[in-house]
Amino acid sequence: MAERYDVLVVGAGPAGLAAAQAAAGQGARVAVLDAQPRAGGQVWRHDVRHAPSAAAARGIHDGLKPPIEWLAGTSVVAAQGDALLVQTPQAARWLHYGNLVLATGARELLLPFPGWTLPGVVGAGAAQALAKQGWPLAGKRVVVAGSGPLLLAAATTLRAHGAHVVAICEQAEASALRGFAAGLWRWPGKLLQAGRLRLQLAGVPYRGGTVVQRALPAADGCLLRAVGIAGPRGTERLACDMLAVGYGLIPNMELARLLGCATQAFGAHAAVQVDARQHTSLDHVYAAGEACGIGGVDCARIEGAIAGLAAAGAAVPAGLLRRRGHARAFAAALRRTFALRPQVHALASADTLVCRCEDVTLGMLDGHADFRSAKLATRCGMGACQGRICGAALAELGRFPHAGSRPPLFPARLSTLAHAEPAS
Amino acid sequence: MSGDVLIVVGAGIVGAACAERASAEGFDVTLVEPGTVGGGATAAAMGHLIAMDDDPAELALSHYSLGLWNSLADLPQAQFSRCGTLWVAADERELAGVPAKLERLAAVGIHAEAVDSAALYQLEPALAPRLAGGMLVPRDAVVYGPAVAMHLVECAQARGARLLRDRALRLTRDGVELHGGRTLRGTVLVATGCALRELLPALPMRARKGHLVITQRYPGLLRHQTLELGYADSAHGSDDSSVAFNVQPRPTGQILIGSSREFDDAMDPAVSMPMLRRMLERSFRYLPALRGLDALRVWTGFRPTSIDGRPYIGRVPGMEHAWVAAGHEGLGITTALGTACLLLDQLLQRPTAIDAAPFDPARLAATVAA
Ligand SMILES: Cc1cc2nc3c(=O)[nH]c(=O)nc-3n(C[C@H](O)[C@H](O)[C@H](O)COP(=O)(O)OP(=O)(O)OC[C@H]3O[C@@H](n4cnc5c(N)ncnc54)[C@H](O)[C@@H]3O)c2cc1C
Ligand SMILES: Cc1cc2nc3c(=O)[nH]c(=O)nc-3n(C[C@H](O)[C@H](O)[C@H](O)COP(=O)(O)OP(=O)(O)OC[C@H]3O[C@@H](n4cnc5c(N)ncnc54)[C@H](O)[C@@H]3O)c2cc1C
Repeated sequence: MAERYDVLVVGAGPAGLAAAQAAAGQGARVAVLDAQPRAGGQVWRHDVRHAPSAAAARGIHDGLKPPIEWLAGTSVVAAQGDALLVQTPQAARWLHYGNLVLATGARELLLPFPGWTLPGVVGAGAAQALAKQGWPLAGKRVVVAGSGPLLLAAATTLRAHGAHVVAICEQAEASALRGFAAGLWRWPGKLLQAGRLRLQLAGVPYRGGTVVQRALPAADGCLLRAVGIAGPRGTERLACDMLAVGYGLIPNMELARLLGCATQAFGAHAAVQVDARQHTSLDHVYAAGEACGIGGVDCARIEGAIAGLAAAGAAVPAGLLRRRGHARAFAAALRRTFALRPQVHALASADTLVCRCEDVTLGMLDGHADFRSAKLATRCGMGACQGRICGAALAELGRFPHAGSRPPLFPARLSTLAHAEPAS
Repeated sequence: MSGDVLIVVGAGIVGAACAERASAEGFDVTLVEPGTVGGGATAAAMGHLIAMDDDPAELALSHYSLGLWNSLADLPQAQFSRCGTLWVAADERELAGVPAKLERLAAVGIHAEAVDSAALYQLEPALAPRLAGGMLVPRDAVVYGPAVAMHLVECAQARGARLLRDRALRLTRDGVELHGGRTLRGTVLVATGCALRELLPALPMRARKGHLVITQRYPGLLRHQTLELGYADSAHGSDDSSVAFNVQPRPTGQILIGSSREFDDAMDPAVSMPMLRRMLERSFRYLPALRGLDALRVWTGFRPTSIDGRPYIGRVPGMEHAWVAAGHEGLGITTALGTACLLLDQLLQRPTAIDAAPFDPARLAATVAA
């Protein structure tokens, strides 16, 4: 029997959960699916040692409350007509929808620099996720680096799990950070949050205008021992066991692209284009949260609610639209503050790996005018991540954008791809 | 002929091979290609160098080309691998067809061996049980087509050929006009694959869509390019759509899975899930272990298909200065090198190494006029 939902929500982060709740409130038959075994997305990710915040607990509870159907550990593989092909670790099936809400969130922007592929170097968000999963961190010396508010959140989590955070290296200039802080009164909630983080991070140096230039291996050559940083005080070496580095977030666009949603520029990257009701360019597809451009958790909640209502055919209250405007303005201020400086784009040298899956260096791409030509000649982007990491990095470095999406959206069993759609 | 101008339109593997040969013969070559070199059908192809025996003319051209491929076997980016072709017979009826195939291959000098059921499983232990046997063609190989096309263009450029990033708009009385507004004068060779009709509407050309799937790395699972004996029926039959078991071990340890065929003159690149399912189900029947493997990517490509399935290689009927090399369907990687030699010999009015008549575009003059 074909499964059919009035509203099918992809992604169980703050945006998707809000969408599910809003749509279910209108009496729609709703399902939420997520590749992860637990709901919460990135910000509300389950922590094995610490209880969730009240907001997270409520958001997750309300977004999964029956009759909403919660499809955990379910990944979208492909699409056809009004249905998505999904797989769990055990099985595959087709899910039909009346309307679809894309709440696929964001991922970290990882940029190549000498040594970034050493064991011990991880993304800032990935480090946070590892900590929450119970990865042993007690006594580990960690440098947190890159850009954006995620660094503070990651450092807080790492510290709460026993790591010694040596320093937070933020590439944005200290002056830009001060200007941003001075404007925070417009978003009192954020001001409060910033104050709280500051307390939790008391004693951890927060260095503006500072970048990690290289990760240095121990004598055996294969484990991280130190990082070389450059900042207002010149260059320096910091001993550490782990480097958590991320240059901000970019929207997850694979499903939107596969479906053929119109996109808009998000810096050097792309975001789903939506109208006031979070409606994409496709008739039955809505999008909310980071997929539409990085906006943070408050923005995701509001957009999720709007998308859920709209997808259920209900009117959207003007108050919600106003609040979205306010939240998006905060996001824009964040982006201005943490805009990447040219120095960051120049960290990789010709022999730095850019495609980790296929061992392609930056220098090997010289002379190629577009991603397709580079890919066909060097295999860059042909590996397991299908250009998710190197494609985003190359776009950010101003080499070439990476577009187009082919099934499967992530490596998927051949038996899944051959899974027949039940006659409906 | 040294110094004569030759304008090659299209830098797929066919245009690239022709440009390389022409520059070696001393032509003043200009290549016109708006996209990535080798970015058309060439970028989608499996790159199986195969001697198909069902049409004598194609077999002659393939055999001729396979010999020429030896010169590129050591080129690293060609990723040349002499894995051979293992043809699988599902039952006794298919197995009964093997001796005739062996004979046809032997007639042109290609060595092949009959394989009984026991030998079949020694060659490919992962094959499904109860297959009847088959045939092994040890000298068949696989290459990575797009990189070869790029290499051939670089060879031509090293001899002075120019690569113009433009699109040909139409043939003129003595050359070709480009979208960018320029007109080039000289002998023109049209090698635009599926897009042939834009420049030569009198030569029928259809696009035959194919799906391919590439997996993660599973080294050792498969050693030969392995096809069902029914492949030729799928490839050269005229059914609207068909699938056949056709899998290839990549040098990376990945498995490349084909093949499907359907006419699609609109050339919609989207993956069709129903077609993909049909193709995969067919491949599971022969290689059940595929079911549990992870796929990385599915893509589609379009085989340029002439009215009788054979490429057009030669002078365009009724045009003094225009030549054509297009319509290689599913064999264009294999036959590109032979095509280039066959064309250059005709252009230089030399005797050809194999009979050129079956590929003469004029064979269709009657059909087209009628
Ligand atoms: C021998 C061989 C081995 C290969 N091995 C691998 C491998 O290991 N891993 C791998 O990832 N790839 C592999 N490839 C495939 C290669 O990456 C491309 O996928 C292939 O060239 C087919 O191109 P594509 O249609 O996917 O287009 P791409 O090269 O991805 O380019 C996409 C182009 O098609 C356009 N387009 C239009 N409509 C669509 C649509 N519906 N969907 C997608 N694109 C659309 C896009 O705008 C873009 O211009 C291999 C190719 C060959 C020949
Ligand atoms: C799925 C699939 C699998 C295949 N597997 C195999 C295989 O295993 N073995 C094998 O031998 N063959 C295989 N083939 C067949 C092979 O890919 C083709 O026969 C071959 O690539 C054709 O080459 P071409 O140069 O004629 O065409 P293309 O590679 O398509 O090149 C034509 C070029 O012309 C350019 N062009 C078009 N119009 C213009 C214009 N107006 N001006 C300038 N340039 C223009 C295009 O941009 C393009 O680059 C396969 C094909 C497909 C689709």
